[in-house]
Amino acid sequence: MPKVIFTANLQRHVSCPPCVVPGRTVGEALENAFVAVPRLRGYVLDEHGRLRHHMVVFLDGQACSDRRGLGEAVGEAGEIVVMQALSGG
Amino acid sequence: MSDLMLASTRKGLFSVGRSGPGRWEVAGRSFLGDNVTLALADPRDGSWYAALDHGHFGVKLHRSGDRGATWTEIATPAYPEPPAGHEERDALGRLIPWTLVRIWALEPGLATQPGVLWAGTLPGGLFRSEDFGASWTLMRGLWDHPDRRAWLGGGADVPGIHSICVDPRDGDRVTVAVSSGGAWRTEDGGATWTCCSRGMRAEYLPPEKALDPVLQDPHRVVQCPAWPEVFWAQHHNGVFRSVDDCASWHEITSALPSVFGFAVAVHPADPLTAWFVPADKDERRIPLEGKVVVGRTRDGGRSFEVLREGLPQADAYDLVYRHALAVDGQGTRLAFGSTTGSLWVSEDGGDHWLTVAEHLPPVYAVCFVR
Repeated sequence: MPKVIFTANLQRHVSCPPCVVPGRTVGEALENAFVAVPRLRGYVLDEHGRLRHHMVVFLDGQACSDRRGLGEAVGEAGEIVVMQALSGG
Repeated sequence: MSDLMLASTRKGLFSVGRSGPGRWEVAGRSFLGDNVTLALADPRDGSWYAALDHGHFGVKLHRSGDRGATWTEIATPAYPEPPAGHEERDALGRLIPWTLVRIWALEPGLATQPGVLWAGTLPGGLFRSEDFGASWTLMRGLWDHPDRRAWLGGGADVPGIHSICVDPRDGDRVTVAVSSGGAWRTEDGGATWTCCSRGMRAEYLPPEKALDPVLQDPHRVVQCPAWPEVFWAQHHNGVFRSVDDCASWHEITSALPSVFGFAVAVHPADPLTAWFVPADKDERRIPLEGKVVVGRTRDGGRSFEVLREGLPQADAYDLVYRHALAVDGQGTRLAFGSTTGSLWVSEDGGDHWLTVAEHLPPVYAVCFVR
């Protein structure tokens, strides 16, 4: 099953240790990760389920571009990393 | 009189208490390092609410039942999904998202309405909660009003509701003010809305549009609790007052030392008395001549006093935002905070001021705990 890792900066606000969850797409895996910590969802996605404007998700080292559907297919050993989209500063 | 206030700042929420005659000091710190855009101390049950903007992680709302010792995250207002294919743009062609950008106003209902809260937001939605913020409902009557599409951002990319006045005579009568979109009134708890800013004047618009009530930019609107038919507004280009329950507004041109500013506070029992923290005009937004002052009228705006005792009078460039001036329930104690982290309090209606802090993070909002 895919592994989901959240940026350490999120830990200040919500407990979200790395987790292994089922999911055929990035979106499915994230939704399953949110089951254990429902509050986490609103920190990563907006009210419409889209990736927040200043967040980014990497799948196996590649940035996901489907910010609305998060539909990228995930392999059994896929690694999903949820990070802030840092742009300087 | 209130001995405690809350200062919402760019880097945390601070409770500031009166520790003795003329002595105020920071007593509590919450959310250190986080952007607290607004706080509410609910006089009905003593709860505190704090609105945070985490930037990357979005807008959050927290509630404390023990005066800030512990906080619990509660629901944030959520915008509905727009209709399929709907792409909304303002009158200037700029995209208006149907997503929560900021909580810009937070007010309780009346004592007879336990659990009722109102939240004004950017990009212009007004929300109501019936359950202490556990859930929120968008007031579609205002959001779907065709005139909302004429609203424009004022100081932000999108419009926002910054003032919510719940009528002390009837909790279903609520007046809100928008930058930039005028003032609006509901008589039925939020179902239907009417623009109520006739008489305001926008000198930044073409002459033929200057008196359009929907295009006004009231920076802050407050209602006198004891005389609720009286409202005061610090507008983008002037001071306005209504004495007929917002049926009409009249411009007050005698405000000193300038008519530009963001904040206004009205005396809770005296509709003739109001305070302002003026700044140099729109283009500059700094205190005139580097002197921090408070303007006060006690005769309904016919004349103004410039209060400066205890405030910095040289090379001070503090700007005071619209929510950063507060008056207590007796009209005796006032406080205001600035963008450069200063906080002042007066215990005599503004005649004299005490410096409480000079090195806070930028102050966005100040409120007294009643």
